[in-house]
Amino acid sequence: MTVLPRRGRAAGEAGRLAALLLSPTFVVLGLVVGYPLVAALRESLYQTGQTVDAEGFVVQGERFVGLDNYAAMFSGPAAARFWNAFGNTTFFTVVTVAAEVVIGVAMALVMHQALRWRGIVRAGILVPWAIPTAVSAILWQWIFQADGVANAIIGSQVLWTTEGWQAKAAVMIADIWKTAPFIGLLVLAGLQIIPRDVYEAARVDGAGPVRQFFSITLPLVRPVLVVAVLFRVLDTLRMFDLPFVLIGNRKESVETLTMLAWDEASNLRFGPAAAYATVLFGYVAVVALVFVKLLGADVIGEARERIRKDRARKEEPLVRPGVVHA
Amino acid sequence: MNTRAVLRYAGLAAILMYCLSPFYWMLVSAFRRPSDQFSLSPIPDPISVTNFTAVFGVDVGFGRALVNSVVVAGIATVLTLLIGLSAAYTLARLRFRFKNAVAALIIATSMFPGISLVVPLLKLVTDIDWINTYQAMIVPSMSFALPLAVWNLTAFFRQMPGELEEAAMIDGCTRLQAFRRIILPLAAPGVFTTAIITFITAWNEFIIALSMVNDKSMQTATVAISRFTGAYGFDQPFGTQMAAGVVVTVPLVVLVLVFQRRIIAGLTAGGVK
Repeated sequence: MTVLPRRGRAAGEAGRLAALLLSPTFVVLGLVVGYPLVAALRESLYQTGQTVDAEGFVVQGERFVGLDNYAAMFSGPAAARFWNAFGNTTFFTVVTVAAEVVIGVAMALVMHQALRWRGIVRAGILVPWAIPTAVSAILWQWIFQADGVANAIIGSQVLWTTEGWQAKAAVMIADIWKTAPFIGLLVLAGLQIIPRDVYEAARVDGAGPVRQFFSITLPLVRPVLVVAVLFRVLDTLRMFDLPFVLIGNRKESVETLTMLAWDEASNLRFGPAAAYATVLFGYVAVVALVFVKLLGADVIGEARERIRKDRARKEEPLVRPGVVHA
Repeated sequence: MNTRAVLRYAGLAAILMYCLSPFYWMLVSAFRRPSDQFSLSPIPDPISVTNFTAVFGVDVGFGRALVNSVVVAGIATVLTLLIGLSAAYTLARLRFRFKNAVAALIIATSMFPGISLVVPLLKLVTDIDWINTYQAMIVPSMSFALPLAVWNLTAFFRQMPGELEEAAMIDGCTRLQAFRRIILPLAAPGVFTTAIITFITAWNEFIIALSMVNDKSMQTATVAISRFTGAYGFDQPFGTQMAAGVVVTVPLVVLVLVFQRRIIAGLTAGGVK
């Protein structure tokens, strides 16, 4: 009984120590993330620049405009540009992430089978990840030149980096190339923790490779895959460097929300820029929430660890997650 | 069995082709003479370093851009690790209320779109006259570097048996001493890996460096490459850009080759527990 208060005090001490140790991180994050978020929200309600006041004088400076910057996105001259950027952002995200998942999972399956060459392949697969996006954009611009190697290989004369579907395709190909291996790596790590005997049991029960993939592999790597897809989706939603360098600024067919906001900000139209940025932030937040709530993306890894510890404590023989008994 | 082995190697070869052939094309193109820049032969003939000498020509200022990149990414990495270590240790080791909420909050900050930070920070930086300074690039870089580092380090600390420091504390060490003398030395590989990953991410950063700097002499390498206006003629100087791309990428590729095992452990640490 006397243990209880002591444990309570210890918890309080731990709490204070935790607060102390966490404070530097939170101060920095508050400064570089928290403050800008609030400032952007405020800024999005203002407009800067010259206006004419009631007496006909030119006024320079900030002016409170309420929700005008947001209203302008949905109707008015800027609406078309906003919806185009919104559409591009969504389209890029859906297509590239879908392709990356298929390619990434295929890569992981191949690498999982490999007995030799593992080191080389592992190093090779990190190369696209390590290349700066801006450099890879230049590299693909070179590959996609009118008389470049891409056209030579497919024997055509596509002007890849000019406005149109081909520009979208160029951006998506370059993005898929760079990030599919990353998904492959994460999925491979997920594959490696699946115990071999699950597959043996499946084989004994007469499940073929396809059945094994859909009944064992996919369900068991699902937690890893959902987290990987979440990261990729959030990353693609804020895409900037690649279309900006590969195709260019103010190009309708590849302009993303981030590019739109950046362009407005670089023209010192901070109000609309902040409004676009805030809308993108909301979009990203909703998507993240959907992933965490509906698909159960376990980003922290805490829940899984807790479950594993509980199991270990009970010292039961690990019951393999329900497989192939059907 | 034999056909399976053949298929296996064919698959691996396909992966390597996929990952390396664009990079190889950059290498090949960098080592061509400017006069046969548009050649499609898979090997440069003759091999020439003209593009590389052009990159480091005086008027290009690429050497300066590399120095800028090293300074920005280097300082950002060191600061991030100094600040992130204590937070990661706390999340991995201490039991306190709201722990999951704190962890979720830190991870969530890394998911915020950079642009919603860049717009207000650009305004702030303009107001306090930080435009064209290193700190204008370093401080905002921590918005993505710090959550990444905390997350990685937490995963490493969690993998270490808690009995170690318990034993040290029973032997009379304070928690701080246990951390400094027992945990930190043992976590050195994890800290080192996190440093590499953070450095690469900071080195590859683009939008902050692009926004906070308009003076050419303060540009980082990634921005400088995208802004090259050639040494030769009016065409886009692809040869020079490829050479610059090789210069920027090869140190990273070497890091990746040497430390691949650790980097992968770091990258997957958070995703797979």
